[in-house]
Amino acid sequence: MEFAELIKTPRADNVALHRPFHPAVEGTLCLTGHHLIFSSRRQDNAEELWLLHSNIDSIEKRFVGSLGTIVIKCKDLRIIQLDIPGMEECLNIASSIEALSTLDSVTLMYPFFYRPMFEVLEDGWSSFLLEQEFELLSSVTNEWRLSCVNKEFSVCPSYPPVVIVPKCIDDEALRKVALFRHGGRFPVLSYYHKKNGMAMMRSSQPLTGTNGRRCKEDEKLINATLRSGRRGFVIDTRPLNVAQQARAKGGGFEQEVHYPQWRRIHKYIERFNILQESFIKLVEACNDQSHNMDRWLSKLEASNWLTHIKELLTAACLAAQCIDREGASVLVHGSEGTDSTLQVTSLAQIILDPRCRTIRGFEALVVREWLQAGHPFQQRCAQSAYSNSKQKWEAPVFLLFLECVWQIHRQFPCSFEFNEQFLTMLFEHAYASQFGTFLGNNENERAKLKLPQKTMSLWSWVNRPEELSRFQNPLYEANSLVIWPSVAPQSLQLWEGVFLRWNRPSKFLEEAEEERINIIKYNKELQAKVNALRRQLAEMETDEEAQEEP
Amino acid sequence: VENVRLLDRLSSRRAVVGTLYLTATHVIFVENGSETRKETWVLHSQISSIEKQATTATGCPLLIRCKNFQVIQLVIPQERDCHDVYISLIRLARPVKYEELYCFSFNPKLDKEEREQGWKLVDLNEEYNRMGVPNNYWQISDVNRDYGVCDSYPTEVYVPKSATAHIIVGSSKFRSRRRFPALSYYCKGNNASICRSSQPLSGFSARCLEDEQMLQAIRKANPGSDFIYVVDTRPKLNAMANRAAGKGYENEDNYSNIKFQFIGIENIHVMRNSLQKMLEVCELKSPSMSDFLWGLENSGWLKHIKAIMDAGIFIAKAVAEEGVSVLVHCSDGWDRTAQVCSVASLLLDPYYRTMKGFMVLIEKDWVSFGHKFNHRYGNLDGDPKEISPVIDQFIECVWQLMEQFPCAFEFNERFLIHIQHHIYSCQFGNFLCNSQKERRELKIKERTYSLWAHLWKNRADYLNPLYRSERSQTQGTLHPQIAPCNFLYKFWSGMYNRFEKGLHPRQSVTDYLMAVKEETQQLEEELEVLQERMANLQKSQSGGNKVKSKQQDRSKQIGLYTSNNSLANTPQEYSNDLKSFPSRSPSQGDEEDSALILTQDNLKSSDPDLSANSDQESGVEDLSCRSPSGGGCLPSEDSGKDSDEAVFLAG
Repeated sequence: MEFAELIKTPRADNVALHRPFHPAVEGTLCLTGHHLIFSSRRQDNAEELWLLHSNIDSIEKRFVGSLGTIVIKCKDLRIIQLDIPGMEECLNIASSIEALSTLDSVTLMYPFFYRPMFEVLEDGWSSFLLEQEFELLSSVTNEWRLSCVNKEFSVCPSYPPVVIVPKCIDDEALRKVALFRHGGRFPVLSYYHKKNGMAMMRSSQPLTGTNGRRCKEDEKLINATLRSGRRGFVIDTRPLNVAQQARAKGGGFEQEVHYPQWRRIHKYIERFNILQESFIKLVEACNDQSHNMDRWLSKLEASNWLTHIKELLTAACLAAQCIDREGASVLVHGSEGTDSTLQVTSLAQIILDPRCRTIRGFEALVVREWLQAGHPFQQRCAQSAYSNSKQKWEAPVFLLFLECVWQIHRQFPCSFEFNEQFLTMLFEHAYASQFGTFLGNNENERAKLKLPQKTMSLWSWVNRPEELSRFQNPLYEANSLVIWPSVAPQSLQLWEGVFLRWNRPSKFLEEAEEERINIIKYNKELQAKVNALRRQLAEMETDEEAQEEP
Repeated sequence: VENVRLLDRLSSRRAVVGTLYLTATHVIFVENGSETRKETWVLHSQISSIEKQATTATGCPLLIRCKNFQVIQLVIPQERDCHDVYISLIRLARPVKYEELYCFSFNPKLDKEEREQGWKLVDLNEEYNRMGVPNNYWQISDVNRDYGVCDSYPTEVYVPKSATAHIIVGSSKFRSRRRFPALSYYCKGNNASICRSSQPLSGFSARCLEDEQMLQAIRKANPGSDFIYVVDTRPKLNAMANRAAGKGYENEDNYSNIKFQFIGIENIHVMRNSLQKMLEVCELKSPSMSDFLWGLENSGWLKHIKAIMDAGIFIAKAVAEEGVSVLVHCSDGWDRTAQVCSVASLLLDPYYRTMKGFMVLIEKDWVSFGHKFNHRYGNLDGDPKEISPVIDQFIECVWQLMEQFPCAFEFNERFLIHIQHHIYSCQFGNFLCNSQKERRELKIKERTYSLWAHLWKNRADYLNPLYRSERSQTQGTLHPQIAPCNFLYKFWSGMYNRFEKGLHPRQSVTDYLMAVKEETQQLEEELEVLQERMANLQKSQSGGNKVKSKQQDRSKQIGLYTSNNSLANTPQEYSNDLKSFPSRSPSQGDEEDSALILTQDNLKSSDPDLSANSDQESGVEDLSCRSPSGGGCLPSEDSGKDSDEAVFLAG
């Protein structure tokens, strides 16, 4: 297919661009296969706006006489308005944008066409291999092994080819367990707490059904993570009644009789369309320009967004608490084990593991617990808050996770190596990107699409020193402790950096950030200077002493 | 009283046993337990209510609510003791004479001269001179010399030059409590001014020629503009209701060249109830997010804050952008008027965003113009209907602005919180009484100390590390957004949940940056010393002289000290499910729901808690191991881990 067929009018002049907190600019609009490009060539104020078609969530058009107006709402929540003279041009451009922003085929997406302008220092596709993770693990314990049972994605289509499982469980047993778990997602290691040797596993629901089916291998597998005489916790992210109802459809939960050493805790985390609706309502509230305080607060409350944040954080803290404070192993699952399960396991690691609070460690966490663990990014992030499609599989699961990280970051501003921009960047790229990292729903699909060969990895770009410096938190001081966030409503705030990002003047906050960086930078420079001088002095003085006493 | 239990609000299971002392000025609770002996001090004047609850098996509970939003829950074993304490506290918390207040017994060990110096720190004459008055348009008037015209005004007021004593007196007779229009802020750049007064006694049709002349005079004092705004900060309905009582608002037909505007800030009673409702929300035990947000909305508190801010923004805009003078009033012109004038001044003039300037601003718009501190903040036992958080709201407006303009203010959040605390504490004489006249009669300046001097002495603690005078937001007028989605008004947990440390960010960016800045300063000094030594050494080497410079290694211990960073950090109650699960040891069972007990009065610098690494697990490594020497002392990861572990087991 040629993109040119979809572009009815490739270019329009005298277009006015309106954005909040910016004066209107006049310039030329161009459409290419993947971008909407607006450029103003005024000498005093040349500027260009490049917008990926895949970033466009919805588009509205209206006319006043022959002046057409297109309002473009993006997946990163920005809203821009283009005034295009000429009805035909405007209609053509609108329909082209609509067609280009809703392409069906993944292989037509920009990552397959994108050619980087930078030198690749490190291929991000092989930066975070589970093998490396396992090597680290083997240096502290030998209770685990790397299994290739899923090499051909035959045991579990949404799992990566290699997984970490208890050493005493062989591949044959794993195959049996896979048959007993929804979608074949048998329990695998998610996190090993070095401090006390406790493990966090994740899986999908067991297929107990109505007649209480059991699977000896499954029991043996998860019991293998327990120390003798100790108990473990199963954190089920569904409420009890939902878990019970799931039995009718062949699903279920771990029953006490068969798992006597495990205690089940139900911690409800909302999923799917409820989340998507909450997201839509919140964004609507954030775009309400009314001056009424009550209306704002009641809309914020009605969106329930912060409730979801609080519930999710609480569940993650609970998992972390079981591991660190109760000294117990934990198994986390909901139904499929691809959404709320991953939110809980990854957030618990942010709390427990200082490594996950570094840039590289966080990237590794996203790769391990989201990409390799089979969170269906392609489905979940197909549309954002402005879309009318309301497909069942669309949900801001990953965004919720990022916001929870931001909430913890806000409470521990010196304990993270990355800054807020790093999190917003990940949000943007999950929804629309020139990189292939977030394409596909699991490793299986990515392998079939040959993404590592045909597209560039986000990490290849982010981890270049030039880019990294933008994402570094100047206040960072490694904190080796477990960090317990507060989940009280008073401690949680709206993530302005994402939800009010385009609706607030950013200048003053940027100045503040700059000042923070300067204060730290100047301090470090002085330290270096003083150290150098001190060394030099010491040398000169010893020289002198040597001369004194020949 | 011994064996009293202090309960933690966040977790009823966690309580400490100790001894309760009542002194002439404080309630003191000292924890038993030999190592820590944590102390909680509460000034009697901070107590806003005491509630004796039904006796239970464990004893008699006593709930003390404080004006600085601290809530203390005690359980006293004996009913009789509890009753005694209750009766004593009721008496102690409601003094009837000014002489009973703490400031008359508080002695910071300063001599007479230092005390006088302290009172001279904020000088309003100097301030008016800074603004640029007196000048061709404005003069100081001595018409109120002996408080003869208006007893709630200061003796020295600035009025337009063309306003004669006759006009002033005439106008004052036409204004509630004779609070005639007087200058609050003068904008040197364009001659526009903010004046303040009380409502006119217009009723349905009354006029007053002198009052009309007075407003003319204000307009004429700003030759660049052909009208003035008259801003009535009340809701229109309230103002109209006042007409029936012979009061009311200016009729545009009677006054030439005025534009009249209602703003709609609610009265003190509405505000008092609003705060009450919000505090109830803060006190909820483990509220859900919707409980909290719904309660916050329902209290209307942020709506009121926004109304005050909007009024300030309107006036600042009129003065700065339109160059039009504004006359502001409400009913008596001492509550809403003070709020709005000071918010507008703060937006207009960067000076008020400095530490000294902010003190001046409060002194100017609040203290000197007769804001009724005694009545509003209940220093002496009085009519509970007079109490209202008027200045608290102003302080919150400042905080909301600080959130939006992080580099614009020289001072930090702590400065605001401490000022709020001392408005209620009566430890210093500044905010005593209802007017300048009363303060003079009491000889406050001879008998008490000034808060401003105290804050100024400790100003290093109150600096905003991000403030730099050359920043764009530091200069000129601030232009905040108006819509809530552009200017996010937030719940101020640092104030209203001030004593629930567990709810706050566990690491403070401000404290961290302040520590870094302090270190930077020491490094600068050291660099200078080193360079000097270097120069000497080079000289001596070239000259063959053996001048040996003294070894002075200052680098080893640069005391970077930010104790606030190592706040307690234990998991909260994330789930009740864990309770029933058999724990490995009973002690651990306690630990799992342990929220934080941190009720000490932060204001006491001598508080052992702030420095001692007591029974709290720290979520943050002690910053004191930051060493500029690099090799001097290594920040060891192990030490951090050890403390974590040790505390865990000790708990």
